[in-house]
Amino acid sequence: MTTLATRPPRTRTGARAGTVLAMAIALAVLAAASAALGAFDIPLADLAGSALHRLGLGGRELDRVAESVLWNVRLPRVALAVLVGASLGCAGALMQGVFGNPLADPGTIGVSSGAAVGAVTAIGFGATAFGAWTVPAFAFTGGLVTVGGVYLLSRGEGGTRVVGLILTGIAVNAFAGALIGLVMSTVDNARLTGITFWQLGSMAQATWPKVLAVLPCALLGLIVAPRYARRLDLLALGERPARHLGVDVERLRLTLIVLVALLTAAAVSVSGIIGFVGLVVPHLLRMIAGPGHRFLIPGSALGGALVLLTADLAARTLAAPAELPLGVLTALIGSPFFFWLLRATRAKSGGWG
Amino acid sequence: MTHTELAAAVDVTLTLGGREVLRGASVDVRAGEVLALVGPNGAGKSTLLAALAADLRPASGTVRLAGREARAWRVAELARHRAVLPQHPALTFPFTAAEVVAMGRAPWARTPMAEADGAIVAACLADCEVAELAGRPFAELSGGEKARVALARVLAQRTALLMLDEPTAALDLRHQELVMRVCRERAGAGDGVVVVLHDLGLAAAHCDRVAVLREGAIAACGPPREVFTPALLSEVYRQPVDVLTHPARDEPIVLPVRSPRTAPLGESA
Repeated sequence: MTTLATRPPRTRTGARAGTVLAMAIALAVLAAASAALGAFDIPLADLAGSALHRLGLGGRELDRVAESVLWNVRLPRVALAVLVGASLGCAGALMQGVFGNPLADPGTIGVSSGAAVGAVTAIGFGATAFGAWTVPAFAFTGGLVTVGGVYLLSRGEGGTRVVGLILTGIAVNAFAGALIGLVMSTVDNARLTGITFWQLGSMAQATWPKVLAVLPCALLGLIVAPRYARRLDLLALGERPARHLGVDVERLRLTLIVLVALLTAAAVSVSGIIGFVGLVVPHLLRMIAGPGHRFLIPGSALGGALVLLTADLAARTLAAPAELPLGVLTALIGSPFFFWLLRATRAKSGGWG
Repeated sequence: MTHTELAAAVDVTLTLGGREVLRGASVDVRAGEVLALVGPNGAGKSTLLAALAADLRPASGTVRLAGREARAWRVAELARHRAVLPQHPALTFPFTAAEVVAMGRAPWARTPMAEADGAIVAACLADCEVAELAGRPFAELSGGEKARVALARVLAQRTALLMLDEPTAALDLRHQELVMRVCRERAGAGDGVVVVLHDLGLAAAHCDRVAVLREGAIAACGPPREVFTPALLSEVYRQPVDVLTHPARDEPIVLPVRSPRTAPLGESA
């Protein structure tokens, strides 16, 4: 009797630990592979040697080209993919929790597009107001205005309606697309090419300054988000029951909206709109290890990093020497998943519940 | 006579969507008793419960909890004073029954009370006879099972005041009795319980007092034996009723007056 009653939660605890461990190992292996593989192969032994040398723990320096490829091209790219992926995964988990719907993510709600308007404005008009942080700052502003606007517009009496929210997201995406088009039609050809490549979502121009540019936004969001895990669990009961359990629902929502804007801005400002990571990763993790946000939030960050690192490695090796746009790759895999999810959700709850 | 007042509504008027749902309703919930809110559909039972729970702010009148005005309470403090069972328990993500019940412990996180979390969750699962469902996803449970898991969550909150909105609506005979027995036990332990009920028999059998609502106001309030009179109930429900007395226990039984013609066809044939 007792074993029957307690087994599933215990299995879930096991699944959680196992999933985290597996993802962490996979992430380490993929990071090493990403650093080693490419047009200029660097053997794993050399990789370790160079890393040890830099840390002052022995090892040996590589020749100038290899050393430069590794430290100035590959590793910033790995770091950027990890940061962007973690931000997207975490933002997805937060959004799904806030809106109580597995279909919510920064892409569907229009936060990514809003952040993109900010980023395109900064890139298109060559703004430099905040130095290296100009694009992330513009993207954050754009994302925050959008998510705040969506929230206010879709908020009915007594709370946020999911249908209204997603429909508003469609309208916002269209409006943001128009604004981006407007900016693109006014800038010169060189900037236009820059925007186009950025828009497809790519890690190709990764540099350490770019990593530093998104680091504050991403890190702040990733560190603060897990604090709200338990309150997000309670929100699954509905707004009023969550309040009965001591959650200040309105304040929780506003805080999380700012966090989502931060994380999305971090991701969008360097790599354009990379869709579906925030949608797919939390959903898969929920199926494997349950919906508890104390696992789901950090887990989705880890999973997002893993997915994006994998996608980036595939993007630059599958069609080498050409490089596939990363956003195209994630959308190719993510859109059918979204479609399946849509059908499954409708079949289960008979609509949009 | 002095009572410890856990919650009280004084002359409360409340408007929802342009309709005046409560019109000068006054009621108090006392420690150590089970109070039933009964009345026809749309009389304002759930709204009165929500006002007492400090969910809805009255347009006029006062709601007090433990002697303090409802609006002076912080959300977190309220969660340690009163627990509320919603009419339709819902859940958006596939948490298990045990996880749902454990959510009831959230208000006590980071307090010394949190040490007993595991024991309390297990006890509440057992009290509501849902221990064997602990590992099942909430969404896969039947309506009656969901209702009992939701009740276990509310019990796990361990508050002095319990507010239950139709806890027996989805339940069979046996589990209706179970829920009312749990209410009695909590009242016996000194807590106050206010419960919205449709079944006047249950209210008569298990509640210390009943408040009969009519069009947003209290038509009568007191012990079931005094309040459940044919005249009052027939008028409030706009349906003639008979009130009998249980042959073995001194307990009113309420039955609608039925003309013989409405009896099943098979019997007259």
